[in-house]
Amino acid sequence: MCKPQWEGFTTGDWTKEIDVRGFIQANYTPYEGDDSFLAGATKNTEELFDAVKKLMLEENEKGILDAETKVPSSITAFGPGYVDKEKEVIVGFQTDKPLKRGIFPNGGVRMVKTALESYGYQLDKQTESIYTSNRKTHNDGVFDAYTEDMKKARHSAIITGLPDAYGRGRIIGDYRRVALYGVDRLIEEKLEQKKRLEINCLESPDIRLREEISEQIKALKLLIAMGQSYGFDLTQPAKNAVEATQWTYFAYLAAVKEQDGAAMSLGRVSTFLDIYVERDLKNGTLTEELAQEIMDHFVMKLRMVRFLRTPAYNDLFSGDPTWVTESIGGMGTDGRTLVTKNSFRILHTLVNLGPAPEPNLTVLWSTSLPEGFKKFCSKVSITTSSIQYENDDLMRNYWGDDYGIACCVSAMRIGKQMQFFGARANLAKALLYTINGGRDEKTGEQIAPLFAPITSEYLDYDEVMLKYDQILEWLAELYVNTLNVIHYMHDKYNYERLQMALHDLEILRTEATGIAGLSVVADALSAIKYAKVKPIRDESGLAIDYEIEGDFPKYGNNDDRVDSIAVMMVEKFMNKIRKQKTYRKAVPTLSILTITSNVVYGKKTGSTPDGRKAGVPLAPGANPMHGRDTNGAIASMASVAKLPYKDAQDGISYTFSIVPNALGKDEDSRENHLSALLDGYFNDGGHHINVNVFDRETLLDAMDHPEKYPQLTVRVSGYAVNFIKLTREQQLDVISRTFHERN
Amino acid sequence: MTIGRIHSLETCGTVDGPGIRFVTFLQGCPLRCQYCHNPDTWDTKKGKEYTPKELVDEIVKYKSYMKFSGGGTTFTGGEPLLQAEFVKESFALCKEQGISTALDTSGFIFNDQVKEVLEYTDIVLLDIKNFDPTVFKTVTGVALDHTLQFLDYIKEKNIKTWIRYVLVPGLTDNIDSITALASHLKNYPNVSRIELLPFHKMGEYKWEELGYKYALKDTKEPSLALIEEVKKVLETSGISVYANV
Repeated sequence: MCKPQWEGFTTGDWTKEIDVRGFIQANYTPYEGDDSFLAGATKNTEELFDAVKKLMLEENEKGILDAETKVPSSITAFGPGYVDKEKEVIVGFQTDKPLKRGIFPNGGVRMVKTALESYGYQLDKQTESIYTSNRKTHNDGVFDAYTEDMKKARHSAIITGLPDAYGRGRIIGDYRRVALYGVDRLIEEKLEQKKRLEINCLESPDIRLREEISEQIKALKLLIAMGQSYGFDLTQPAKNAVEATQWTYFAYLAAVKEQDGAAMSLGRVSTFLDIYVERDLKNGTLTEELAQEIMDHFVMKLRMVRFLRTPAYNDLFSGDPTWVTESIGGMGTDGRTLVTKNSFRILHTLVNLGPAPEPNLTVLWSTSLPEGFKKFCSKVSITTSSIQYENDDLMRNYWGDDYGIACCVSAMRIGKQMQFFGARANLAKALLYTINGGRDEKTGEQIAPLFAPITSEYLDYDEVMLKYDQILEWLAELYVNTLNVIHYMHDKYNYERLQMALHDLEILRTEATGIAGLSVVADALSAIKYAKVKPIRDESGLAIDYEIEGDFPKYGNNDDRVDSIAVMMVEKFMNKIRKQKTYRKAVPTLSILTITSNVVYGKKTGSTPDGRKAGVPLAPGANPMHGRDTNGAIASMASVAKLPYKDAQDGISYTFSIVPNALGKDEDSRENHLSALLDGYFNDGGHHINVNVFDRETLLDAMDHPEKYPQLTVRVSGYAVNFIKLTREQQLDVISRTFHERN
Repeated sequence: MTIGRIHSLETCGTVDGPGIRFVTFLQGCPLRCQYCHNPDTWDTKKGKEYTPKELVDEIVKYKSYMKFSGGGTTFTGGEPLLQAEFVKESFALCKEQGISTALDTSGFIFNDQVKEVLEYTDIVLLDIKNFDPTVFKTVTGVALDHTLQFLDYIKEKNIKTWIRYVLVPGLTDNIDSITALASHLKNYPNVSRIELLPFHKMGEYKWEELGYKYALKDTKEPSLALIEEVKKVLETSGISVYANV
């Protein structure tokens, strides 16, 4: 059935079934040129952004601008909100006021209460009572089912960052569907799906699915109502570029009104929206200035997504991360580039509005990308340090050409896949448990099952590996079981009905585990193998420190002797994860990603046999330990590129910092060199890279004079942060990381 | 077997020749330039030993980056031509692997062995420390004429060449000599670029560590105006001049 809003589009199967990719492939215009067509910010944009910046400044000073204390957030909990209605081309906020934080007690009411109190607000008594007496939360469910072992692992921090008290996140609704099809059509589809489940013998998975679809339909109806409150009719498809952007944003907005997931990513919308822009440009109803204005206003809204978090959470993640990740560019499976003019426009918001950590702009890099786009990306990276890059040539083989990145590095087919995300297993700590017979190196408490500790004067590689294997076996089993509990309860008490309404019925679920401390483990095992490592034991026999005699190869120098140990560890742990039974038959995956929590994880990990002292931060993600990669930038990249994506399909995060002069003598050669670095790294199998280009001195100055750097953005493991919002400890960690300088 | 003495390796060289380059700093130098920022490469007895194959095995690992950037490998130092046989064998292995080779030299050592190295050299980065023989001697402690013979030879062999000139206020800012150099270079069609490198003091701490006396302690880095002026003079050669500001 053809809709009047589709006039001018090439039709195909996408008109008969929900198939956004089909629509894109039939209608998009690849762009192979350079950035010369781009327009600056309009006067309207500048004025609106001035008002927004003022609010953000006020927020910075106060910690948060405002918070709701009574009404739990939902798609329709609040009426419309504006900064300046006349100036806003794209409208909509999570609550009735810009930057006012909503509350999401379904995840856990204690978390909400603590967060409010830490900013001087009080949770309404009645609301609190409802969520303690009448309505069970995800957090309550999880703790009802946790075993003693799970609680111990959580408390000793061998497994850290479990999403058991807030939304799990990392689910990307296909927000584009609302723009392309209108909500009525999506409801129709869901009713159809429900009908398919009218079968004779309903067992619990079918019952659950029927209930879920019903919830999805309710959420879609609420989405219509939310649109109405702003004066828009979302039942029908969008008819032009402004509407398509507005509809897509409303769909996303409904998601962040209902869920405070750890990462609420956007997907892959810029090339989709370009089709509408091109049509309007052709019709003469839009100019380049206005096309850029739409994107600037859309991005401004994405920069204003807020969640209420506790200070402990912010310690772990720094600042206000929301991971509004947008995946840009890439190549199609037919060999055409998916880069469009809108891919340029969304990156150009970093110029028009200045650098910012959100949205988390992620370029899907291919060595086949058009040269003009490569060069533009490098240019914007060098001036803003706000872009991350991921290997499209690698991921396309796994996920096709319509995947998006959730959070930092996790690829998923849009609308066809979701993940059960959770936490990281601290492999460095697990190595210490190996040496100490399952006792915690900081407390002496028996956490892992009791077995004989290593008692020799010097550590023997084979003995350590044999016992490490057993500990990892235990850890993998416990970890996956814990995730199973969490996701069972999350589905039950905090189901993402709006986001899942924007998915197919049959979806692929992954059980996304993660590891921390990889480089510490690789170096520690290398030290044990190539040097002599002597544990220093306290009177109870607990190894609390290590002495190393002799030198040993260190991860990050492109030295196979140690890099192969890192590779082996990833394969080993992944294979142990693969053996476990997962909730809803999710396919196990693994990430090597710590975000900024490498600082907190390090605090909770005793001295390690690589020479790292107790409490010192672990390296972030898959990075080599600070200062140990001494063979120059590319040697470090080359080590990371060896880690096998096939065994870490949830992503391998690497953060790279280089001073401008080390990239080349002038602007032009810096841009060319950065682009070639990315080509080389991805060609050799690297998965992800954060690119920071600035001098250490800039960061030091920003620590002392934060007022001079309100927008200084730094890429950390998988996302970006506003540097001045980091704790002093985190700032020092960022500064201590290896900056590649020239000899 | 030929053994080379290597001071250090840089996997991400972006300032010593075109593209991204694997830079090998060879140990040992016959010159004693007053402004040297690598005095730790002078001593011929130091450094880590490599065979040509060991070194090239290392270089080859970075082929992708060279390919995408139009880069290659650069041998510098020290004075790489003090170890001409090693450089020749290494370059030959690089050429077998399709890796572009650059030689960063003062041109002070010029003999038959050096001529063999040049058979495997794609680009020469020739440092001309000064064009006035007296000043040259003051700056480097050695004589200028070898360098000029070297320049003539690479012209004859038509090897692509970039000239490098370090600008030190009060030492190498003798405009008359720079003018003469620019005029001289007009006769060298193989020279496609002149790099004007403003003096910096980043190597000063190394002089102190090594117990050498640093003669330029009170010398300032050149002003933008001086760099601009010298650049204009060098441009009279008709060759593009890049000033690293």
